[in-house]
Amino acid sequence: MLDVLFSSLGQLFTVPHMLYMVIGVLIGLVVGIIPGLGGIAGMSLLLPFLYGMEPSVALGMLMGLVAVIPTGDTFASVLLGIPGSSASQATVVDGFALAKKGQAARALSSAFLSSMIGGLIGALVLTAFILIARPVVLSFSSSELFMLTLLGLSMVAVLSGKDVFKGVAACGVGLLVGTIGMAPATGEFRLPFEIDYLYDGLPLVVVGLGIFALPEIIDLLVRRGAIAEQPCKLGKGWKEGIKDVAQRPGLVARCAGIGSLMGTIPGLAGSVVDWLTYGHAVQSAKDKSQFGKGDIRGVIAPESANNACACGAMVPTLLFGIPGSGTAAVFLGGLLLLGLQPGVSMLETNLDLTYTIIWSLALANILGAALCLGLARPVASLTRVPFVILAPLITILILFAAYQATRSLGDLFALGIIGAVGVLFKQANWSRPAFLIGFVLAPGAEAYFYQAAQFQGAEAFMRPGVLIIGALIAASLIVPPLRSYLQKRRPTEKSATHELQEEVAPLSLGVIDVVLLGSLLAGAGYMWLVFADLSMLGGIMPRLAIFIIVAACLLEIIRTVIKPMKWQVQTLRQQFLWVAGFFALIGSVMVFGFLFTAAVFCLGFLLVVARVKPVVAVGVTAGITLFLVGIANLLALTYPAGMLVSL
Amino acid sequence: MITLTRKPLNALKLPVARTAYKKALIVIACSTLGAVSLNAQSSDVTVPDTIHWTIPFGVGGGTDVWARFFTTWMRDHIQGNPTLVIDNVPGGGSINGSNLFAMRAASDGSQWIGTSASTQYPAMLQDRRVRYSYDDWTPILATPTGGVVYAQPSLGDNAEEVLSALTEQRVKFAVQSHTGLELPVLIALDLLGADVQAVSGMRSRGEGRLAFERGEADIDFQTTSAYFSSVAPLVESGRAVPLFSLGVLSESGDIIRDPAFPDLPTFNEVYETLHGEAPSGPAAEAYRKFFASGFTLQKLILLPSDTPEALIQEYREAARRFVDTEAFKDAAMAQLGPYTPVVGEVVEQHLQEAMSLDDTTRQWLVEWLLEQHGARI
Repeated sequence: MLDVLFSSLGQLFTVPHMLYMVIGVLIGLVVGIIPGLGGIAGMSLLLPFLYGMEPSVALGMLMGLVAVIPTGDTFASVLLGIPGSSASQATVVDGFALAKKGQAARALSSAFLSSMIGGLIGALVLTAFILIARPVVLSFSSSELFMLTLLGLSMVAVLSGKDVFKGVAACGVGLLVGTIGMAPATGEFRLPFEIDYLYDGLPLVVVGLGIFALPEIIDLLVRRGAIAEQPCKLGKGWKEGIKDVAQRPGLVARCAGIGSLMGTIPGLAGSVVDWLTYGHAVQSAKDKSQFGKGDIRGVIAPESANNACACGAMVPTLLFGIPGSGTAAVFLGGLLLLGLQPGVSMLETNLDLTYTIIWSLALANILGAALCLGLARPVASLTRVPFVILAPLITILILFAAYQATRSLGDLFALGIIGAVGVLFKQANWSRPAFLIGFVLAPGAEAYFYQAAQFQGAEAFMRPGVLIIGALIAASLIVPPLRSYLQKRRPTEKSATHELQEEVAPLSLGVIDVVLLGSLLAGAGYMWLVFADLSMLGGIMPRLAIFIIVAACLLEIIRTVIKPMKWQVQTLRQQFLWVAGFFALIGSVMVFGFLFTAAVFCLGFLLVVARVKPVVAVGVTAGITLFLVGIANLLALTYPAGMLVSL
Repeated sequence: MITLTRKPLNALKLPVARTAYKKALIVIACSTLGAVSLNAQSSDVTVPDTIHWTIPFGVGGGTDVWARFFTTWMRDHIQGNPTLVIDNVPGGGSINGSNLFAMRAASDGSQWIGTSASTQYPAMLQDRRVRYSYDDWTPILATPTGGVVYAQPSLGDNAEEVLSALTEQRVKFAVQSHTGLELPVLIALDLLGADVQAVSGMRSRGEGRLAFERGEADIDFQTTSAYFSSVAPLVESGRAVPLFSLGVLSESGDIIRDPAFPDLPTFNEVYETLHGEAPSGPAAEAYRKFFASGFTLQKLILLPSDTPEALIQEYREAARRFVDTEAFKDAAMAQLGPYTPVVGEVVEQHLQEAMSLDDTTRQWLVEWLLEQHGARI
């Protein structure tokens, strides 16, 4: 094995291999930086060239791309608050908060460094693991996978902090939205409302953009500042970021480990990993007060995990021919185009190629992180540009990104509706990550539960693996409150008393809370009636989601009645106007087409709202239009043409 | 181990076929050379410069990879070497993209669509989302695939033992959905008297195989290329027992042994050995239709029927120019398995036959799905 390991390393440093890998890395960077384009779009750029290429060289190029995308998409997450791909959703929470504090460079440099270390650890795990992985992967049956989805759901409690009932309710809404589409057990359709778009369920990218990006844009527009509220100290920032990572080797290593192991389990989406590790960072922190407001650990944890996860996802892809992630699925297609059949035989007949893949992954991670670190400073200065100038650009990018999900106008409407929910959640402080976790895990939880019960019956929940994960869940729910309780009992420590005072501070309630609670309860009742036709098996999950929503809402109401309350003023009118404006924009796309709308909106917004010089407005508009046309040609995309064209 | 032609069964004719094949090869080679040298005056067809090929699936999936494989071959053999652009329209399990194509496609030969079993089945089952009809489309080329049903060795050491065990105990089978590619397999197993519990919700056939390898599923099914790469090693090491193949449809419309698995009996053979007669009735009819449209014509290149006839013929000619060459067969081995694509009129006949499901059969299917598997369509 060792000789193969080194001979493939020799292969790696040949000129054509390095050249193509650098090409892959560069394309991966560009694709990663543009929000909405992830591994799938990048791969589809490269696939046409694969046919007839030397496999080892082609694999180098593909791996260059795969390794760099979860690094590059950090730019959008941190600087713009747009989850660049599903792997960077958790990074948005603290990364964007740091950028708003004027610490974008710090967030970026620590993200890239931890990405690189994570990727290297991932490659290391993969090297050893690939030879012994088979039995391990096979030991994860549907019941263990079900328990892992529960472990993911348990993070909701951690992430929602003291507003735990609001968090659980948000998670319930996410679960309910996640059940839209086909029931895995019976093939029944749930909540399609006779709209074709909904038969498939909502795409993750659209939900992620809607719940995070749109509310942030609107919030910034209402406040009209630059993204960074404080003047940005870029020079100091990026060294500080590196120091941040260096001070937390344990966190980086643990998260990279979790990332690579989760990646190896097929079927568990890579998008859960960043939340799991984010939750872990929150749990293991002594001072949790800064999470969500810009804690660097909230950036380091998911970023160390997502590159490692991309490496781990190669294990089931290579070993079983079953992709561990969306990008891995396209990579699998690439392997087939090269005439390679992944599977057990891949290791026996093509071990050298397998190791070429792993080495390329490691090297590309270093290259990508180095390039990103170099870019971090100039790109981070974007945050000092007044936001009104960036807003049209970002809005169009988000529309473009959402539309890439299924290339249907439904993507845009779903984005708007989820965005409106996101605005409400943000204003009233309901946990948006909790919503997203519910959404991501709903289909998996239901399918695995059904499969475990069908395959194994009652024994499914007595398996050792199940019990171990069950114990982990229990620990993650019980240990943190226990620890804070124990801390409270030591009154000698000053910091503890300080924390105590914060806990007792009266809970706040506002008009949006009342509206949300009321409409959720009413909506739940209505949904219950809609689900009346569903069979027992097909209806169990949506009914459970409704139950969770109702229970959490009722508990929240009880809590507000019992505990001292402080009425909080929650304004919404301005936000609501911007949401309406967004829907007007979608309407315009429907009527006039995407390209026309994008150009006119951009020009109009810059001139009327941002009041920039006409020259600048025209220049920026031309730039956006050129970008849209160029990318359409490159990726063979067609934009919504608008109804006027077909007349 | 594997023969490359589609009809090696009639051994007596084989040498003749082979010489004929060589002759054909020479003819094709000459005509290709001729076509290259006389390109300017060769014909009066104007082939569009760019052909947009709608693939109603995401990038990197089976049909996408299949299409990308064919783009190079098609481009090189169509007159004027047009650019083929693949237009992926994911969503709705290929229904969305096909609906869009049916609604919008121009019929000047510049728009193709590539469909798969998961596009064909909903049309046959009259899924309410389907707004396309295969009557409006004309096929250029179809690629077949085969498949093998196999079982856990715990059910028996050989196929016979397993088959008798199947009728005595309930067995589990991991499927994507009850109306997915596994549908004909489910019907076949039912015809054999097996009591199958289909556990649905697998995201791919590969996940189904993983459930089998984990020991959760007792019985499984894979198409040819997946069988060779992932199941054959299991069979060799005694962790899987192959039962039967689905066979392939001969040009005369009979189900014959799969050239990829000449030693395995077909489902029809197994049925005949057990029952002494060929399968009949609505179940057998349903099996036949779904087998034909999901396997014999698994993936299709189609274009709108009102495309100029000369263009349709040119595209079919282009396909004929390469499908029988050794170079193509070598390249196609990993993608298509040992099957030769079917071109032109033959596809048209089979397609019409396969897609038409009469009311009795459909009614039987609806009831059977509900009773046996609790699934509604």
